Amino acid sequence: MPRLNINGRDVDIAVEDDTPLLWAIREQVGLTGTKYGCGVAACGACTVHVDGVATRACAVPVSAIAPGQKIVTIEGLSPDGSHPVQKAWAALDVPQCGYCQAGMIMAAAALLAAKPKPTEDEIHAEMTNICRCGTYNRVRAAINLAAEGGEPRRG
Amino acid sequence: MTMTAAHMRSTVSRRGFLAASAATAGAFSLGFHIPFAQAQGADVPEINAWVVIKPDETVVIRIARSEMGQGTLTGLAQLVAEELECDWSKVTTEYPTPGQNLARQRVWRNFSTGGSRGIRESHDYVRRGGAAAREMLIRAAAEDWKVAPGECRAASGTITHGASGRSTTYGKVAAAAAKLEPPAEVALKDPKDWKIAGKPVQRLDTADKLTGKQVYGVDLKLPGMLNAAIKACPVFGGKVKSFDAAAVQSMPGVKKVVPVGDNAVAVVADTWWRAKVALDALPIVWDEGAHAKASSADTAAMLKEGLTAEQAFVANQTGDVKAALAGAAKRIEAVYGYPHQNHATMEPMNATAKWTADRCEVWTPTQNGESALAATAEASGLPAAKCEVYKIHLGGGFGRRGMTDWIRQVVAIAKEMPGTPVKLIWSREEDMTQGKYHPVTQCRLVGGLDASGNLTGLHMRISGQSILAGVLPQNLQNGRDPVTFQGLNPPGPEASLGYTVPNLLIDHAMRNPHVPPGFWRGVNLNQNAIYLECFMDELAHATGQDPLAFRRKLMVNSPKHLAVLNAAAERAGWDKPAPAGVHRGLAQIMGFGSYVAAVAEVSVSPKGQLKIHRIVAATDPGHAVNPQQIAAQVEGSFVYGLSAALYGECTVKDGRIEQENFDTYQVLRMDEMPKVETVLVPSGGFWGGVGEPTIAVAAPAVLNAIFAATGKRIRTLPLKHHDLSKA
Ligand code: FES
Ligand code: FES
Repeated sequence: MPRLNINGRDVDIAVEDDTPLLWAIREQVGLTGTKYGCGVAACGACTVHVDGVATRACAVPVSAIAPGQKIVTIEGLSPDGSHPVQKAWAALDVPQCGYCQAGMIMAAAALLAAKPKPTEDEIHAEMTNICRCGTYNRVRAAINLAAEGGEPRRG
Repeated sequence: MTMTAAHMRSTVSRRGFLAASAATAGAFSLGFHIPFAQAQGADVPEINAWVVIKPDETVVIRIARSEMGQGTLTGLAQLVAEELECDWSKVTTEYPTPGQNLARQRVWRNFSTGGSRGIRESHDYVRRGGAAAREMLIRAAAEDWKVAPGECRAASGTITHGASGRSTTYGKVAAAAAKLEPPAEVALKDPKDWKIAGKPVQRLDTADKLTGKQVYGVDLKLPGMLNAAIKACPVFGGKVKSFDAAAVQSMPGVKKVVPVGDNAVAVVADTWWRAKVALDALPIVWDEGAHAKASSADTAAMLKEGLTAEQAFVANQTGDVKAALAGAAKRIEAVYGYPHQNHATMEPMNATAKWTADRCEVWTPTQNGESALAATAEASGLPAAKCEVYKIHLGGGFGRRGMTDWIRQVVAIAKEMPGTPVKLIWSREEDMTQGKYHPVTQCRLVGGLDASGNLTGLHMRISGQSILAGVLPQNLQNGRDPVTFQGLNPPGPEASLGYTVPNLLIDHAMRNPHVPPGFWRGVNLNQNAIYLECFMDELAHATGQDPLAFRRKLMVNSPKHLAVLNAAAERAGWDKPAPAGVHRGLAQIMGFGSYVAAVAEVSVSPKGQLKIHRIVAATDPGHAVNPQQIAAQVEGSFVYGLSAALYGECTVKDGRIEQENFDTYQVLRMDEMPKVETVLVPSGGFWGGVGEPTIAVAAPAVLNAIFAATGKRIRTLPLKHHDLSKA
């Protein structure tokens, strides 16, 4: 029975070894903030952190997660939505339907952890998530806002 | 696995979905099936259908239309709150259910959320709802104080009586107000006095979308729920011949294999992933039917024939186009084409249903709660009064979720498992191949110009698919589909052509392939704007005229169209040269009640690499309810429109759609997203939509800029098939 460390908690799950991490998180662990969009690593909706690295969970079987690897999902990014990325997102009213946003936020958080002041090219290289509502420009602006640690604009 | 009630609740903590646990007598519940969970209990008075005010001053505004990202929930709440004179910081929202609407004689009227109609169609009655509630609250306070209501005024949720200096709050008088007769007449505020509406307030639905708390349809959990994966015949019109349930029956988690209608099979299992694994392993034999060999080439040939066919439905006609073209000093002709495309909402189609012999409930993201309820009733075999639909925020809609096909499926599956809730989620592959596609059309345009370069005659022949014929055949007018001509209509308040051409003929030869069509964000305005605006560009260039000046000459009778075009051109600096290596194109159109125009600035490298640097987009929606959300819709429209222009294409081979996922159905990503400047020029006096019209100018503005950059005229989409390199 695979054991996953998710958001700081060890969870034993009963699934077939080839079950994608995404579905183990959603259906066994019961955390549904991580989304299914394509199942083929093309959209980024399922992005979680595995030892801090943005990872498309639909393309990783649970058996590929080594014991001790730490998985963080959107629910575990901050206890109360106070991660700088989440705050910047709120300040700029980024989400439209919101479905892609957990993946966007997780990808952005990993990017900023690795590169606190990313260039536009670096942002583009990491942020390949699909948003069909078209929030890209606000996502980019929010990443820059978070990077600057700037005071959120209101209204 | 089992989950604790506490855990379940924590996953659905969004207000409006969370039932007071007392209301379910301690039962394990999610609250979705308790209408108005927030607004229950004797001391939580409903002032009227739109407004509930709680003793703690919370204002619950009921929203009949669906929120799918477009911001209509916040916009409608702003309009109600404006008239209500409540404290905006106390506002929350909830969806009334379609069943409640039915039971209360459609007190919330239309639930349908498409055609950018959410606000423009309901602004009047929702504002009246807010105004009536305000009057009742004031009257309740006045009666308590024994003063005339006219001597009292309300602001920010507080009622004051100037003469006596008394004041009270909405929460305190709400119970008394709820018992009063509603006023017969209410006056609405002049939009120039708005304090909440018209302002760039932040959305009400953001917080839970940042933390994973927002519950979408795919996230729903009900006690004892099972999960289903489905596969329908990949060839449209085909059926299931047979399947071998025994082959997968013993796979992990599998509960049941069920036929769904005559064209699909579903596997029900404990988890969705196990259902999908078993479904993929299930041997199914299809009867592919009459279209087993159909291809995109067949469709193209059929449409080509329609371009010159004798018979066509006429939409817009003046003068004698035949004579004008025959006598023209210069005649320009071109054929354009627009392919099938998938909506590709990020959240795939899904719904949860629970069926028993005397009740059927469905939880689903839908753009039309009422048609979802009707479909539930039909599929369940129960009267609508014994059915209910609970709407959930949509993970994208774009028109796809105005349909009900997946709802009928989930009810059919749930019927096989009485008493057990079943959640059906389409795989992305199912979503891509069982769509309701953007209609496929071609257009032949012939323009005639006189010796001084004036357009004297224009014939636009559209050949191709009708959405209405596929979706709402009862709405055809003697076989004619009026929606086909969006943006090309005679002068009027909706989707009118902005050009006056002395001899004009716009007609449609309907040619319907077997691929099912659907309303796709922007609908027919998308291709019509490309046909019209790229051809206008062709005419201008063919006669050596500036594309803006050429258009202006034809727009003297369309001042609103012209004003928006001018606004975009001015902001873009059309009269000044573009930066070195950068080229401009423009487009304008009217649709969904609004006027839009765009200028695109692009460069194309010698190797043919396109870069879109900047978009200037002007919009006149009449009244602007939330400028920052309009900007978000305009930006989003460019993503949707440019995805369609650059990549969007669903091709047919052997009767089925070839693109099965985002690896082959490409869409725009962040690195390609241009800077977008939104120029909002609301001229007042009318209400236009904002979720769709701008999409239509995205592609033609860029295509015209590409011509300016390369001299290459792109007449068929998507752009990915064209070589833009210097030959
Ligand atoms: S669901 Fe994993 S990348 Fe799309
Ligand atoms: S916000 Fe809807 S898909 Fe990104």
